[in-house]
Amino acid sequence: MNVLAQLLLVLLASPLVLGVINRTKARVAGRRGQPLLQAYFDLLKLLRKRTVLSTTTTWVFLAGPAVAVVVPILASLLVPLAGPRAPVAFTGDLILFIYLFALARFLTTTAALDTGSAFEGMGAAREVTFAALAEPALFFGMLALARISGSLSLSSMLTVGGAGWHRASAALVLVIASWFIVLLAENSRLPFDDPNTHLELTMIHEVMVLDHSGPAFGLILYGSALKLFVFSSLVARLLLPRGGSPLIDAAALLAVVLLIAIVIGLVESGMARLRLVRIPQLLITATLAAGFAAVLVLR
Amino acid sequence: MSATLVLAGIVLCAISGLPALAHRRAMLLAAPLIIAGAIAGLAGCALGLFAAPAIVNFPWPVPGGAFQVRLDALSAFFAAPVFLLAGAGGLYAERYWPATRGGAASVRMFFGIMTAALVLMIAAANTILFVVTWEIVAVTAFLLVATEHELPETRRAAWIYLVSSHVATLALFAVVVLMHAATGTWTFAPIPSSSARAVLWLALIAFGIKAGLMPFHIWLPGAHASAPSHVSAVMSGVVIKMGIYGLVRVLSLIDGAPSSFGVTLLLAGIASSIFGVAFALAQHDLKRLLAYHSIENIGIIVTGLGIGLVAQSHNMPSIALLGYAGALLHVWNHSLFKSLLFLSGGAAIHAVHTREMDRMGGLARRMPATAAAFLAGAAAITGLPPLNGFISEWLLYLAGFAAITRPAAAAPVLLLILVVPALALTGALALACFVKAFGTVFLGVPRSEVVAHAHEVPPSMRAAMAPLLFACVFIGLAPAAVAPLLGRALQIAAPRVAGAANLTDLLQPIQTAAVIVAGVCAIAVVLLLAATRGARRAVTWDCGYNEPTARMQYTSSSFARGLVAFFGWAMPAEVHGPRAFELFPGAAKFESHVPDTVLERALLPSLSRGERLLGYARAIQSGRVQLYLLYVVLTLLALLAWSAQ
Repeated sequence: MNVLAQLLLVLLASPLVLGVINRTKARVAGRRGQPLLQAYFDLLKLLRKRTVLSTTTTWVFLAGPAVAVVVPILASLLVPLAGPRAPVAFTGDLILFIYLFALARFLTTTAALDTGSAFEGMGAAREVTFAALAEPALFFGMLALARISGSLSLSSMLTVGGAGWHRASAALVLVIASWFIVLLAENSRLPFDDPNTHLELTMIHEVMVLDHSGPAFGLILYGSALKLFVFSSLVARLLLPRGGSPLIDAAALLAVVLLIAIVIGLVESGMARLRLVRIPQLLITATLAAGFAAVLVLR
Repeated sequence: MSATLVLAGIVLCAISGLPALAHRRAMLLAAPLIIAGAIAGLAGCALGLFAAPAIVNFPWPVPGGAFQVRLDALSAFFAAPVFLLAGAGGLYAERYWPATRGGAASVRMFFGIMTAALVLMIAAANTILFVVTWEIVAVTAFLLVATEHELPETRRAAWIYLVSSHVATLALFAVVVLMHAATGTWTFAPIPSSSARAVLWLALIAFGIKAGLMPFHIWLPGAHASAPSHVSAVMSGVVIKMGIYGLVRVLSLIDGAPSSFGVTLLLAGIASSIFGVAFALAQHDLKRLLAYHSIENIGIIVTGLGIGLVAQSHNMPSIALLGYAGALLHVWNHSLFKSLLFLSGGAAIHAVHTREMDRMGGLARRMPATAAAFLAGAAAITGLPPLNGFISEWLLYLAGFAAITRPAAAAPVLLLILVVPALALTGALALACFVKAFGTVFLGVPRSEVVAHAHEVPPSMRAAMAPLLFACVFIGLAPAAVAPLLGRALQIAAPRVAGAANLTDLLQPIQTAAVIVAGVCAIAVVLLLAATRGARRAVTWDCGYNEPTARMQYTSSSFARGLVAFFGWAMPAEVHGPRAFELFPGAAKFESHVPDTVLERALLPSLSRGERLLGYARAIQSGRVQLYLLYVVLTLLALLAWSAQ
């Protein structure tokens, strides 16, 4: 039951996050903006389109989008989205959570190299480079949460709730700040990547999918919406109290996730893309913040 | 029974190459013999893991020596991958190094002897036998590395290997003699803690050099790159593990090793893993890249041993168990995926006759089976679920996380936490490195004419990769089934912590999760492949440019540039290139490579400086007998004066 509720929430609500970000950016810029549900329309349109494949590609090219869409779904089952316990919880599930996304990254970047295009190679190189710097930040945050909750399962680590805020508020603030930066980097948002540019050399994620078309491209868009939702819910869950009733919990979580979407929209309206050489510095800042959090809770 | 089977395996492996010396036709016998030996040996190891230690004695007229073979669970655990890789390598060599190629007979002979000596070394109960077999392995490995001795770089690599492995032997002599002094026997007997310290530090040098732990790794990249690929697979997969075996064996003889030694192992392991993968990223040579990854993985294993020692000396048996279990499982895992990578990478090299990645490309369309094997090996070495590398790294992560949940902890225990970010960085860098390697070698379009005409390797070479691939997948999907074997080896490696937790129960949920992940991902990929069947094909969309050429592709060097620059402080690159200032610059050549910092920038310069200093001592060498007699008299007088005091 819990599984179904969680899956429905993730599968249905994810594209809405993109809509909220776009609407926020449009409002700040004084435009009306596209419909809130535009991402859903785009996905439906892409699913009906025909696929064109590059002559150089192999099966790896399609393994990328296929795995990129199932990985966030599988990972979401480890996060307590509705109720105090995730559908799947065991000691050490947090490591599986992070490594699932590594699996997706491995296949999406190899899929990009499969085309033999210089642009996509460039995007893949940047993706793996910045991910290498973001990964320690994620793990440092997990260390701090493991200490606060005394547990090695995401279900307890993310639901430290009121008691956790009472005992280790400074550390939690640092973890959330650090993870928000990681969220922006991992989901290729500004200031790391510009999701609006498709043909410039400035971007990372969008350039890796230049050759995907039709349903495969639809899966990529959907996969990145799902990933954004799962990462946001990670931060959202930390902000919420421990919870109890699945329905109220899910509603509260969705509200906070959409709030995070608004914040992302405001960040994107307020700043430009960083120069590539600056990006590692920001990611190291995130790592240090999470590292400080781990040191704080060690006292 | 188990020891008999293993001895039969050893004999079959050892003689497998001998018929080839008699006649070229008899070379065909090499593969069947070594495969038979591998099967017998594996059966023996399987029995040996669960049986009580089996001891076999033969007369051996060496002072202090006894031809005593003792197969306990730990020996069986380390010997099993040797047999597996010997069999796979023997089968692979059949076509990889055919009888018509130069040195075919000696490659087969030394390969058989090396693998046989390796197993004998693991099973030796007598320390003299251990040293002798150790030396046989070192010398045969040197001869195998030097197979293509007509190439100057091969000769250089082989000499560096010979010199470093003899430094290790020297330290091993000291270890064995110290052990004899402490225990009074030439067998592996418990060492009293009074002399443990000296034994441990010398063992670290001996076994650290053998294992290729940083900064003792100087011989490894060159030797592994220059050897024939199936030899590289065995060297990387099991020969360097002998260092780990030695370390584990010596540690098992010492009750309560000092925490400081554990901290050293931990820090050396972390440094090895991070810098191993950083150097790997900077390589253009496929086999050098794989060789540097061996340094990384040895680092991960040593980190696990360090966790075990530190946690054990601070009375945290369950964390210690996680560390030891992760380390031992990684020994198996690394043997499997690294040999898979060397065999499949070797197949690619075999097809295109170059080790330069930037000359390859597009091989996946021409050699699909080899490409799939390399991809699986790459995913496994990166530690991705649902393959075997993930399981051992998961155990080590868990140890780090378990350490931070303990209420109050001493300073060395806090170091255990460092394992988590270190493994995270290593894993992410390894991912970057293998995306680069797989992408440039197998994907995209061919970068040179030879590659365009490459074709799949013969079935026997592919068959050699199959058992390794199967084992990688099996351990990834059914780790709980491997846990009892691990438990048996742990009872000897770390008897005091082996019962601290139930590994099977611990691994059960991750096993279920791995099966689900594998199933769901496979279904998704198959569905998408089916849905896009018969899709229209067109040229790669290069932002409107319709004539993409192979030279426009991203190269491996450009791919890794960002991360290599990030580590530039530790591994400065040498760049030789034109500086184009004129409006119409002429033809030019650009070259860049990252030399090994320890070897090229520290060791060799200091050695040549040392040589110059020692040159001054030549002044006393005149070549006249009278003068030397004078030296003898003076020395005698000095000694007399000293003893008279």
